[in-house]
Parts: sequence; structure tokens; C-alpha cells
Amino acid sequence: MDGGHRDNPLNIILNGAPITTDVQSLAELVDQQRLAQLRIATAVNGRFVAETERARTSLQQGDRVEIVSPRQGG
Amino acid sequence: MKSCRHDKAAESVLDEVMNPHETSIQRDGTFEVYGTKLASRLLLGTAGYPSPAILSAAVNASAAAVVTVSLRRETAGGATGQKFFDLIQDLGVKVLPNTAGCRSARDAITTAQMAREVFGTDWIKLEVIANDDTLQPDVFGLVEAAGVLSRDGFKVFPYTTEDLSVAERLQRAGCSVIMPWGAPIGTGQGIAHRRSLESLRAYFPDVVLIIDAGIGAPSHAAEAMELGFDAVLLNTAVAKAVDPVGMAAAFAGAIAAGRLGFTAGLMPMRDMAVPSTPVAGTPFFDLDNDS
Repeated sequence: MDGGHRDNPLNIILNGAPITTDVQSLAELVDQQRLAQLRIATAVNGRFVAETERARTSLQQGDRVEIVSPRQGG
Repeated sequence: MKSCRHDKAAESVLDEVMNPHETSIQRDGTFEVYGTKLASRLLLGTAGYPSPAILSAAVNASAAAVVTVSLRRETAGGATGQKFFDLIQDLGVKVLPNTAGCRSARDAITTAQMAREVFGTDWIKLEVIANDDTLQPDVFGLVEAAGVLSRDGFKVFPYTTEDLSVAERLQRAGCSVIMPWGAPIGTGQGIAHRRSLESLRAYFPDVVLIIDAGIGAPSHAAEAMELGFDAVLLNTAVAKAVDPVGMAAAFAGAIAAGRLGFTAGLMPMRDMAVPSTPVAGTPFFDLDNDS
């Protein structure tokens, strides 16, 4: 989808917390969160969204977005 | 500098364990998972260490060829994940991402897909948790997720119980590696169900079996290796030791010793005592006067 901003604010859940944003795509959200250059992965409504698909993934009201990065683990 | 004072002592103990049988240990120290040869039979977790520096030192002291990692939510502008990734890259070890905390097959599958992109590996330690108190694997969700991920090209390392029928289904789902628990995660109880694990080992002589979770002491790891398991995966016992680097070295030595004990062939257990010193020629011994 084209970049730019939407007319109505978008209410989504990002990493478990509600936020209001004016972005249209997942790629724009990642950029707005200042995570675009970092090693992260994304999912929308429980489904994995590959890096190459983020720009084509438009966000809808109420979407649940996860942005994760490497951590220690057992 | 509590974390460093032992380094020399621990290293010399480890050298002492390793050197006399270097050839045997090197031969048996190598094993293969999904076509990849690993130089160590210890897989080490990276969580809960006092500092990144101690984590790095512990991984080096353990000589582990594989470390486990995870994914967690990143905050806006946060570089926590990137820093940790860079640290792990510098260690030069293979990375095994996990799906820790997932409570459904769907969550585990999505987490595995995200991990593959972030860490650049198709290896996944598959955890689907059923119960908060025991962190017991949800074996139904586990088998379901293992099948989906195997068909998607993942090399699945499933964290499971000692249940043989579940292991069979995991194998049928495409798993060449199976990781039964020693005891519940983080308990340090050791090999809680020895007989069942012995049966599992006997039933799957050609499947890579890795004891995962519950290991609390080097002796537990040695026991797992003496039972013929291919490797041990642990985290808390090292991370929460008073001296994690020393404990990492202790586990390396115990696993090498346990494996060597297994390959050397343990003597069979007996119910009654058998004298080790020859009876023939015992002084003052008389067949008709044995009181």
C-alpha cells in the first residue's frame, strides 16, 4: 500500500498495550517505533509477517501487533 | 570479583578431567543433530546470568557448541535485542531459539517463524507449556506444532516428557531429536524418572535424545550421560550458581566423564555383595571353620 497517514486515528494493541497511531502499514509502524534498522520480527493477530511483507500489510482497527527481538533464553 | 577467582582452578580441574582420555573424549564429544556435527554434548541456556560478561565467560568455560535464546517484546527505539544478538554472535556458537512461554501450538508456530527470521536458523527448541506450576509440556500441542513446523522446513528440538508414546508421535511428526525433561524446568531435581528415561533410551537407540530441564548439579548431568543420552541442555544450574563460570566448567567435566563412563561400559548392578579381592588363598580361611 502507499505510505502516508490516515484520516482517522488507528487504535491497535502493540505488544500487549493499546496505542493510537496514524500509520497505515506495519512497515510504517515499525519505522515509527524506531525499530526499522534493528533485528526484530513481527506478527499481526497471531500470524507471522515477514520483513518483506510489512510494507504490504495494512493495519486495521483493533489489530494486535507483536514486535519482538532477541533475548536470553533457556 | 567472586565470579573470576575460580577461573584458573576450574580450568585446571577441567584439563585434568579431559586430558588423560583426550582421544576418547574427542571421539565421543562429537555428535550429530540434523546433519550438523557438534563438538560438545552440552547445550547451555543464556538466561538469568548476573551480567553479560559472566554469561560470555560461562559459555566459554562450558565449551558448549550450542546456546539457547528466545524472543521477547521490544520497546520503541530499544536496542536491547540487537545488543544481545551481537553478544551471542561474538561467542561463535550455534544458536537454538526457543518458544518458551507459548501456551498453544499456534503461538509456538508463530514464535518459531519469527525466530527463524531474527536468528537466521531453522533450528527451533519447541516448547508448548500446559501448566504454570510444573511448566509441563502440553504434549498434544507439542506434537501438532512439531508436525506443522517440520513440514515448513524447521529442524525441531521438542521439549517433552519421558512419555514413550509422545516421543513416537514426535518422531513420526518429523523430529530427529527428542528432548525429554529430567525434571520440571528450574527445579534442579535431576533425573526424576530414571526408569522411564532408561526405557526411552532403549526404545530409541538411533534417535538423538537430549535431557532438557531439571538438571541441578554436575552429577545429574553425568548420570544422564551414563544412561546413554546424547547430550544435556541446562541453564539455571549454571546461571544461578554462586560462581556461574566455575559451574559451567564443572558441567563440562561431568558431561565428558559421564559420556566416557557410558562408552566404557558400566558394570551391571547386583543385589548381593561380591568380594573384589580374590577369595582363594585368603589367610586363616578354612571351609569347615568360617566363623
